[in-house]
Amino acid sequence: MKLIILDHYSQASEWAAKYIRNRIIQFNPGPEKYFTLGLPTGAFLDGEGAVDRSGESRQQGPGSTPLGCYKKLIEYYKNGDLSFKYVKTFNMDEYVGLPRDHPESYHSFMWNNFFKHIDIHPENTHILDGNAVDLQAECDAFEEKIKAAGGIELFVGGIGPDGHIAFNEPGSSLVSRTRVKTLAMDTILANARFFDGELTKVPTMALTVGVGTVMDAREVMILITGAHKAFALYKAIEEGVNHMWTVSAFQQHPRTVFVCDEDATLELKVKTVKYFKGLMLVHNKLVDPLYSIKEKET
Amino acid sequence: MRGGQGAAEARVLQFTNCRILRGGKLLREDLWVRGGRILDPEKLFFEERRVADERRDCGGRILAPGFIDVQINGGFGVDFSQATEDVGSGVALVARRILSHGVTSFCPTLVTSPPEVYHKVVPQIPVKSGGPHGAGVLGLHLEGPFISREKRGAHPEAHLRSFEANAFQDLLATYGPLDNVRIVTLAPELGHSHEVIRELTTRGICVSLGHSVADLRAAEDAVWSGATFITHLFNAMLPFHHRDPGIVGLLTSDRLPAGRCIFYGMIADGTHTNPAALRIAHRAHPQGLVLVTDAIPALGLGNGRHTLGQQEVEVDGLTAYVAGTKTLSGSIAPMDVCVRHFLQATGCSVESALEAASLHPAQLLGLEKSKGTLDFGADAGEGASQGYWAAWPYL
Repeated sequence: MKLIILDHYSQASEWAAKYIRNRIIQFNPGPEKYFTLGLPTGAFLDGEGAVDRSGESRQQGPGSTPLGCYKKLIEYYKNGDLSFKYVKTFNMDEYVGLPRDHPESYHSFMWNNFFKHIDIHPENTHILDGNAVDLQAECDAFEEKIKAAGGIELFVGGIGPDGHIAFNEPGSSLVSRTRVKTLAMDTILANARFFDGELTKVPTMALTVGVGTVMDAREVMILITGAHKAFALYKAIEEGVNHMWTVSAFQQHPRTVFVCDEDATLELKVKTVKYFKGLMLVHNKLVDPLYSIKEKET
Repeated sequence: MRGGQGAAEARVLQFTNCRILRGGKLLREDLWVRGGRILDPEKLFFEERRVADERRDCGGRILAPGFIDVQINGGFGVDFSQATEDVGSGVALVARRILSHGVTSFCPTLVTSPPEVYHKVVPQIPVKSGGPHGAGVLGLHLEGPFISREKRGAHPEAHLRSFEANAFQDLLATYGPLDNVRIVTLAPELGHSHEVIRELTTRGICVSLGHSVADLRAAEDAVWSGATFITHLFNAMLPFHHRDPGIVGLLTSDRLPAGRCIFYGMIADGTHTNPAALRIAHRAHPQGLVLVTDAIPALGLGNGRHTLGQQEVEVDGLTAYVAGTKTLSGSIAPMDVCVRHFLQATGCSVESALEAASLHPAQLLGLEKSKGTLDFGADAGEGASQGYWAAWPYL
């Protein structure tokens, strides 16, 4: 794996966004060759500056959300340096039974915080439908869509404090595929504040890509920021592969990048941190030089 | 093009680089329009999987809902109260010209007139949708003749009326059929007014109190009977008195039906209402404030002397005088000027100023689902018409 350590959340977000940008541009996508990108959703519970439908900004405090990364990607598009015209996206998860236009749905999150700001064509975006009549069929169809798109080039994800990737809660099979999962009570309680504090209104199930689904991607990038994720990061990379900490599965993936801030490394051995910090000179070459589609046009 | 199969195939227009008034706030959001309605782009994205067919850059301007003028007596030389053979073309002319002032819907207003005039004019002004050709006609505003003699203002005394025993029949005999009528201004202290107010309200006609010497109690009773509007607050009514605030007291009355909002028209041209009075009303009851022009035919004619029917009028900037005198002859400030003056005089937010000319009149007429708002599903049109309008950047 590559462990990229930056000082703060904003720098980690920027590094991740630059990496994604370079990967897309160097891939040189076109009408016959789309860049397939797996995407995480912002967990509002950890969110920082997420925006909802009414334009209200939702300041929830620092956390390991991809929001900062999305903001930078939007900036690159607005500056004309990056285009999503030939990018296909596959989101990791969605709540079951929540109306698609509910402000807490992942569809809403992706629309308000990413899709509406960039030039991606709606037909190239894929998010699981939590209101499908046959949920498992919906999950199977999602797997087929990924296959039809030629597999995922780069899957970007986050990690939960319990070491889960997407909604693959502790105990999920490390070879699992896209399926329905029941949410842990902790998750439901944490989410209650976004449903007017009413537990009965909080979704109890979600559709999620499996650990195996993400493992199939050609490359995986995990964003981990904040001290509350530190223990999970330690379990994920310094302990063994274990279905109780599902992110640990990526130790067996040939190309994984973990992008962190200082706080997320607090539970790691000093030796580990020093080793990877020492490699930053080499790793920074992945984002510097920073490519732009403007150069390709000239 | 409205609804049905046609709408799904219609072009999708996306206004970018703008600020839109939505939910009482100015948001940096794109405005999407299709088939004469404001479109929800998230639905378009996820359900129809479509992008816009055309994008228009608004250069950072504010996109506000079209203004609604519920009291306008004419303009550009046209007098709505004049019984000509071709009333329609006069209305169309005004409808076209007020578009450039941001007004996309209006209620042509007739002042106190003899029954013959109503019988001739009213049927010639039907409700009509707006478009690039001109603002839409929402229905007529009949101001008088059932008003107070003492507070008639400029209305001709000879044609004032009170209700006879068969009050509503009397009204029908005066006006003729009410199909094209949207608002009636009357004085509630007139005998039998309550049965008239109730009858008009049942027919969906908005009853407004004005040109009246009613005290607060009488005004409150009228609201209980169904009145929902006050015609040009402060003008043509008893002045506010601390022991009996009169009609003005409705703004803060605690004796109104629960949940009912009383709306009141204000002429914010800088002349007809002292800015301090404007501020008192606004601070007392901001939700009910409705900006109106109460414009006369001299609107838009430019400086100088003009002959309008029997009157000689002298226009000087934003004020119109009876020629050769210092007597005000009526309002000639267009709606966008009223909005700007209101903003400046009250120091309110841009959002409030815009809502006073769009959302509030729409709420008064029960049209807020389709007009006076940029919510999804509301009416919209191509360019500066129906539902929206791009305001100038320095608003």
